[in-house]
Amino acid sequence: MPEMVLLGDEALAMGAIDAGITAAYAYPGTPSSEIMEFLQARAAESGALVAQWCSNEKTAYEAAVGVSLVGRRVLVSMKHVGLNVAADPFVNSALLDIQGGLVLAVADDPGMHSSQNEQDSRFYADFARIICLEPRHQQEVYAMTLEAFELSERFHIPVMLRLVTRIAHARSVVRTGARRAQNPLHKAAQKAGWMLLPSTGRVLWDRLLAQQGEFLAYTESCPHNPLEINESFTEFGVITTGLGWNYYMENLEELPQRPSHLHISAYPLPVEKIRRLAGKVRKIVVLEEGFYFLERALRGILPHDVAIAGKEDGAVPRTGELTPDNVRPAMGLPAKEAVALAAIGGGAPDRSPALTLPGRPPQLCAGCPHRDSYDALNLAVAGFEHKLVTSDIGCYTLGFLPPHEAIETCLCMGASVGMAKGAAQAGFHPVVAVIGDSTFLHSGVSPLVDAVAARASMTLLILDNSTTAMTGGQQTILSSSRLEQLVLGLGVEPEHVKLIVPLRKHTEENSRVIRQEMEYPGVSVIIALRDCIQTIKEKKKTREAET
Amino acid sequence: MNYDVILAGVGGQGVLSVATAIALGAMKDGLEVRQSEVHGMAQRGGAVQAHLRLSDGPIYGDLVGRASAHLILAMEPLEGLRYLVYLRPDGVLVSAAEPMKNIGNYPEAEQVYSEIRRLPDYRLVEAAALARQAGAARATNMVMVGAASGFLPIRQASLLEAIEERFAGKGEDVVAVNRKAFALGREAVGNGRGKEDDKEKQA
Repeated sequence: MPEMVLLGDEALAMGAIDAGITAAYAYPGTPSSEIMEFLQARAAESGALVAQWCSNEKTAYEAAVGVSLVGRRVLVSMKHVGLNVAADPFVNSALLDIQGGLVLAVADDPGMHSSQNEQDSRFYADFARIICLEPRHQQEVYAMTLEAFELSERFHIPVMLRLVTRIAHARSVVRTGARRAQNPLHKAAQKAGWMLLPSTGRVLWDRLLAQQGEFLAYTESCPHNPLEINESFTEFGVITTGLGWNYYMENLEELPQRPSHLHISAYPLPVEKIRRLAGKVRKIVVLEEGFYFLERALRGILPHDVAIAGKEDGAVPRTGELTPDNVRPAMGLPAKEAVALAAIGGGAPDRSPALTLPGRPPQLCAGCPHRDSYDALNLAVAGFEHKLVTSDIGCYTLGFLPPHEAIETCLCMGASVGMAKGAAQAGFHPVVAVIGDSTFLHSGVSPLVDAVAARASMTLLILDNSTTAMTGGQQTILSSSRLEQLVLGLGVEPEHVKLIVPLRKHTEENSRVIRQEMEYPGVSVIIALRDCIQTIKEKKKTREAET
Repeated sequence: MNYDVILAGVGGQGVLSVATAIALGAMKDGLEVRQSEVHGMAQRGGAVQAHLRLSDGPIYGDLVGRASAHLILAMEPLEGLRYLVYLRPDGVLVSAAEPMKNIGNYPEAEQVYSEIRRLPDYRLVEAAALARQAGAARATNMVMVGAASGFLPIRQASLLEAIEERFAGKGEDVVAVNRKAFALGREAVGNGRGKEDDKEKQA
């Protein structure tokens, strides 16, 4: 079998290719972006594979459902908060009579390395009542991707693959297998399986609920949820999920006895196995990467005989990622530092620093156009007694930090526009919303339509760097030249649509334009257009490589 | 045999290239490798770290535990200090000497050096100067691979092969510069320790 060194994201993409997908759709988002980047790099050699970025996760998911409807296999990938955007088609698609395998790869970000929250996608899989697989390492990512497509076609449901940052962005050797041919075109024969009118929806919902027993039979018997009982040790048993297994195994040899252990990588939760474990021990230690999904189910509301240690009682930290260190107290192990010192016979090296280390937060690059846009914006708002600047998600969110401190909010993709409209309608003036071009096309267009319809008194500043910069410079869905046409088409008055070029030499002039539009009592849009300097560098490299 | 490394630096300094080169070298020696990286927002001029784990047996997790790293390899001295909780009591810090001052409150370089000198085992390498001597400031990170090479449980020949593969697409000159950078880094640190077995392994 060929061996490759792959990121978890890349192993997933490789699995999808070998599963015979016809298409893949996505919107960039850390830590999921490398799935699509890998697919695009290999699309040509992978036999007429469509691998495309979409406007947002919802449009990506809907396109994927279309591929499945005509019988072909499809992958749709996104980060955890992207699934909030795609939640409508996702939850409803669980009712459909899925034909071609439909696999949703979603990458959670516990620890919020590059996200605004650390929500756990297993709740979504449970909410939609479908199967979810959660790999522990890159080889398993590859294998589970192949299996997810099989399960999707066997049960006619979408199947979720849940990754987290530490597996998405870690590399190891992956051994790959044979490539399956793509499915032939075959449009679903039963129309009723794809129609969610109340009358047909009720039938499909009943069918999905009736299938739950089959899903459970699978998770009770599949090799992903192994149960190991040690009759001679009853003090505590352990249930791990996802990467919790890795950190448990890392520390296991230090325990005097091997506890009874259930690992769960396939959902819905295998309840019989959990009950069997609970019957053998006085306490269950729960090590799960993410929210307390399993732990809440175990605790429930009514009293139970077995003690439970996990995130809810603080035995494991409630927030952030699991680590090889923070699972140790729950396992009854001392801190690693103490173990390391004992091993060398004490004599701690003095490492207490005399120096307080300054933090080094991420910052906008030298020469970044956003720097000049924020200088102009700060100059423009300086003359107002009070002001509100809402903003959005992208590199420009760093404008909250010194030296610019130009923006005041960040909620979710596109929220800057709607929040500005609301604040303006509540009577606040002036209000500026700051959004990037890719974020605007993702979720900023609809709220701008709202603002125009409401004649809200607000100014929208679109920082157009012609790329999705923060996730690594993916192509924006529309070219910059069409952004102005789009804004005009939404009904913003032409005399209040302004183009500026954010360069230091234009800062004073640009600030006058912004200030003038802030004073206008209606919707105005200013597009600050200059390419991302990182993207320019990449384009230059590509050109050099081609010549 | 297990060998854990924390790689530290600032976004843009080539931390991930160092991780990839060492990982590739380790695989050539038949070791199991796990390499964990940080992407996304943190890359924009902020502190960047990567965890690299090498073993001749199975590796369970992607992360290095506290007091577990045999080596901290830093592209910049302040960033080297940031991860000392991960260093084993008998571990070594190998750091480039030149500070990367992209923050306003960067301490006096001498203060940073004196913190490093308090460690039982450390190496400070004039990496940027050696890279220029090799022919390109850009090769600073390969100087650091060379500086670390004496400590790593990887044959020198395997690391050099990895560097050649990594830069092969950029032409012979680039390969030559990076090979030289590696050699200068290795020479600056001396042979580290324990790598006299290079010959044994080859034999």
